[in-house]
Amino acid sequence: MKSYNEVAVGLKPSGIRKFFDIVSEMPDAISLGVGEPDFETPWHIAEEGIYSLEKGKTFYTSNSGLKELRQELAKMYSRKYHVDYDPLHECLVTVGGSEGIDLALRALCNSGDEVIIPEPCYVSYKPCAELIGATPVTIDLQEKNNFKLTEEELRAAITDKTKILILAFPNNPTGAIMTKEELEPIAKVCIEKDIYVLTDEIYAALNYGKNEHCCIASLPGMKERTIVINGFSKAYAMTGWRLGYAFAPAEICGLMTKIHQFAIMCAPTTSQYAAVEAVKNGDADIERMRVSYNERRRYLVKKLNEIGMPAFEPEGAFYIFPSIQRFGMTSEEFATRLLKQEKLAVVPGTAFGDSGEGFLRISYAYSMDRLKDAMGRIEHFISTL
Amino acid sequence: MREELLHLLENNGRLSTEDLAAMLGTSQEAVEKEMAELEASKVICGYRASVDWDKTDEEYVSALIGVKISPQRGQGFDKIAMRISRFDEVKSVHLISGSGSDLILTIEGKTLRDISQFVYNKIAPLEAVVSTATYFVLRKYKENGVILGEEKDIDERIQIMP
Repeated sequence: MKSYNEVAVGLKPSGIRKFFDIVSEMPDAISLGVGEPDFETPWHIAEEGIYSLEKGKTFYTSNSGLKELRQELAKMYSRKYHVDYDPLHECLVTVGGSEGIDLALRALCNSGDEVIIPEPCYVSYKPCAELIGATPVTIDLQEKNNFKLTEEELRAAITDKTKILILAFPNNPTGAIMTKEELEPIAKVCIEKDIYVLTDEIYAALNYGKNEHCCIASLPGMKERTIVINGFSKAYAMTGWRLGYAFAPAEICGLMTKIHQFAIMCAPTTSQYAAVEAVKNGDADIERMRVSYNERRRYLVKKLNEIGMPAFEPEGAFYIFPSIQRFGMTSEEFATRLLKQEKLAVVPGTAFGDSGEGFLRISYAYSMDRLKDAMGRIEHFISTL
Repeated sequence: MREELLHLLENNGRLSTEDLAAMLGTSQEAVEKEMAELEASKVICGYRASVDWDKTDEEYVSALIGVKISPQRGQGFDKIAMRISRFDEVKSVHLISGSGSDLILTIEGKTLRDISQFVYNKIAPLEAVVSTATYFVLRKYKENGVILGEEKDIDERIQIMP
């Protein structure tokens, strides 16, 4: 038999695979390792999907997605994040945010182009870059900066080959956010060095800071070089519907749509009808879930700091990233022992990049009862060290 | 903090003041003080379990009773509504808009006979009551925001995800 694609073969398997295997063999283990909301999709949204099926709306939509959905999305971004997009030429409905990331990199990068990826971060940016022959250049974000990207770090990573910077705030796994004031110097560098920005805003609705999430495309001179990726999964608890969207300047959006057309055709029709209802009438759902996550976030920050696992205060997403450096173990050792001794699964920080060493990712998309049970187990575990 | 505290307690009255304080980002003393005030002013009217009696061996029947009232001069519906409210058998009394009935009562008892006797003997004869209509509850699907009879929640999410 002839050989397979070298890049695919060479991709490193996800660092959490091993944990997944152990956990699935332990039926009595509990987990704080999920990456999705614990809420079900609000019924008025799900019900619109069902209704569309009853009405026989089972055909493809246009490649870019339902016009009504794109119009609603553009209105929402204008209202919430103060960036105006033309729904017909600058918006594309995708299969989850993940597809948007892949499309944006494919549309922009040539072989050998460098993609700057601040880590720790979600696991798909690097492989997506590698699969198209681009070179990932990682930045190790620092706990002392609350895992925010600084101008100095960015400047040090830029070369003549740099094509694009990936920004993912609010961040998975750290829960860090970046404010307008913190994004401004980053934007300045991107303009000065002429690099694109892919901003993955999948957690934008889950922001617990004083101000609304800031979209870097809203800063002067940035819209023309920014691709915004977002989706319905986290904001509306719609992970299984697989629906996301992208905003980009018309030319880039056109390229992304072309690739999407050949690879995917269009995003799932049922999900798109449900999504129209979500964007139109889902603000109260977002707020209800945000308030609930915030309560659990506050509880965990307090509890973890009390039991000796210091964590900086995350201001977004639904993760907290406590340090385990004082225990003299690697993240993976700590997580493995915690799982075996206390039957509690968390994700080692290293699953999200080398700079995650010394940290764990704990998800608070769980009931308070579960979180309290888990904190008891961690406290007991620490007392045995 | 007041409204958020109330929402938390309405959803789960058993949260400890320690946990409530952590969830609200305040001190335990502040939560205790706030709760005492809310209890004193009857904003919080009690803490009780939400029971699905159909799952027990206890005999239990409930009914909704529509009551048409002839309002009394100077007192409207209040006097008669208060009078009806004092019966232990009556679990809720709501004044409603629309035609037909003026009050909707929820009545609980052990048997159908208990309830019909109660309506016949205690509610119908009241002077201001023009007529009653009794609707026996055959099955409850949702109560206090909780869907009844569903399987215990199983977390179907993939346990470890990036």
